[in-house]
Amino acid sequence: MKKLLVLGGGTAGTMVVNKLRKKLRKDEWQITIVDKDNHHIYQPGLLLMPFGVYTSEELVKERDHFFPSGIEYISGDIDIVDAKANRVVLVDGRIFAYDQLVIATGTTPRPDQTPGLNDELIWHKSAFDFYTLNGSIALKDALEDWPGGRMVVHITEMPIKCPVAPLEFAFLADAYFTEKKMRDKVEITYVTPLEGAFTKPACSRALGKMLVDRKIALEPDFMIERVDPESKTIISMDEREIPFDLLVTVPLNMGADFIGRSGLGDDLNYVPVDKQNFLSKKYGNIFALGDASDIPASKAGSVAHFAIDLFAENFVEYIQGREMKHNFDGHANCFIESGNGKGLLIDFNYTTEPLPGMFPIPVLGPMPLLKESRINHLGKLAFRWIYWNLLLKGRWIPIPALMSMKGKKQPVLTEGVKVNASR
Amino acid sequence: MPVVEIAGKPIHVNEEGFLTEYGEWDTDIAKVLAKQIEVDLTDEHWKIINFLREDFKVQGETATSRRVQTVGGVPVKEQFALFPKKPAKKMAYIAGLPKPKGCV
Repeated sequence: MKKLLVLGGGTAGTMVVNKLRKKLRKDEWQITIVDKDNHHIYQPGLLLMPFGVYTSEELVKERDHFFPSGIEYISGDIDIVDAKANRVVLVDGRIFAYDQLVIATGTTPRPDQTPGLNDELIWHKSAFDFYTLNGSIALKDALEDWPGGRMVVHITEMPIKCPVAPLEFAFLADAYFTEKKMRDKVEITYVTPLEGAFTKPACSRALGKMLVDRKIALEPDFMIERVDPESKTIISMDEREIPFDLLVTVPLNMGADFIGRSGLGDDLNYVPVDKQNFLSKKYGNIFALGDASDIPASKAGSVAHFAIDLFAENFVEYIQGREMKHNFDGHANCFIESGNGKGLLIDFNYTTEPLPGMFPIPVLGPMPLLKESRINHLGKLAFRWIYWNLLLKGRWIPIPALMSMKGKKQPVLTEGVKVNASR
Repeated sequence: MPVVEIAGKPIHVNEEGFLTEYGEWDTDIAKVLAKQIEVDLTDEHWKIINFLREDFKVQGETATSRRVQTVGGVPVKEQFALFPKKPAKKMAYIAGLPKPKGCV
């Protein structure tokens, strides 16, 4: 009996076991999944929770409810992967041998990595994250009573989980304070280490304009050095200081510590893999999927979903000694909430930046790309049902794994673009 | 991809002016590129540029600011002092390498 061991029962790990249990014979492959707790969080919901859209009951379900029959679920904390011996050791001493290992332990915000940020004077009092359930709930409570002042929405360093989420937060905050008739009492500043609102040029322009329209100030190229909890100020490596009354920060994101301890990670504990098939660059029987890998794509559930559709096919080929033929293109598909019941949709991959057009059907859509609309917002809300009922269980969803250029408007190449590294 | 003349040699660059061929770079080109973005190269600058060149050869990708700190031994704060405002981008530009992943 061969053993497939999956570390992490989040979005990626859950989809992997659902896909592969159907594809691998039960008398040939035993599948085991390990996670430290039994709470599966619908992470896109954490963004909306501070604004009173969801309760925690709507966002948390038991992990094992989404695992198929015929797999083994182990509750435990991972200590180390002994890749040379093909085994994983848990903190409590239990040992699991594997023939093939999938690492899907995601990425986690690490406020401890920025000096002063998790100081008890400010952490979850006037400085918040919204990528954890506790952070999101604490921020909801803080926003309810907040009299106004300087709100700073801040990103520490790329890459982060769901790179559009902090922008969405700023848009939603603008709408929230407008609704509460106190927008004139709030100054919102968007502080980013990037040189614009977002990473890709066309998208950065469109989203940058949306910041201007909402009177949200942009502070680009801001690499944080530390937070001064006394004066409530964030300070950059080049000595810029931005004071805040309410800081909504995306702390440094890192992969799981056991990845670093096991010698399997890069500087941020992400596992270096082949970006087309997710096979570890170091070991021929280790794959990393979802946010845990170092692929240059957005760390987002949609990317994990498309990737795992292809991975499941590849894995079967691989264990049969055949060539893996289902190369991943970095496809991502993200709804961006823009406030007031509207949203945008972007669809892109490793080589094609988000373009305007219609999705998924050319001209007809119904969803316009890179443009605000009500239907995109409804799409985002509907997605929670799709996530719990179809996506995690590996059921069919009518969006292809590889990106399509159908319905997208090709940009016209501009000539004479000059070197602008100094700007 | 455009071809431009730098230090008397034809050089392949991308639309942002970053070199696209690892082998076309040399120290004379680095000096011209540095001048274009108003960086006066000192030994400290060269230490980083040489690290980036060597690291790229092994890793196949440009080191991030974080990696220049942890592996190359130059703190991020010092990178900001040497290459003001956008160190990751400027270091890669002068070293004739693609922009690092973090700022793609």
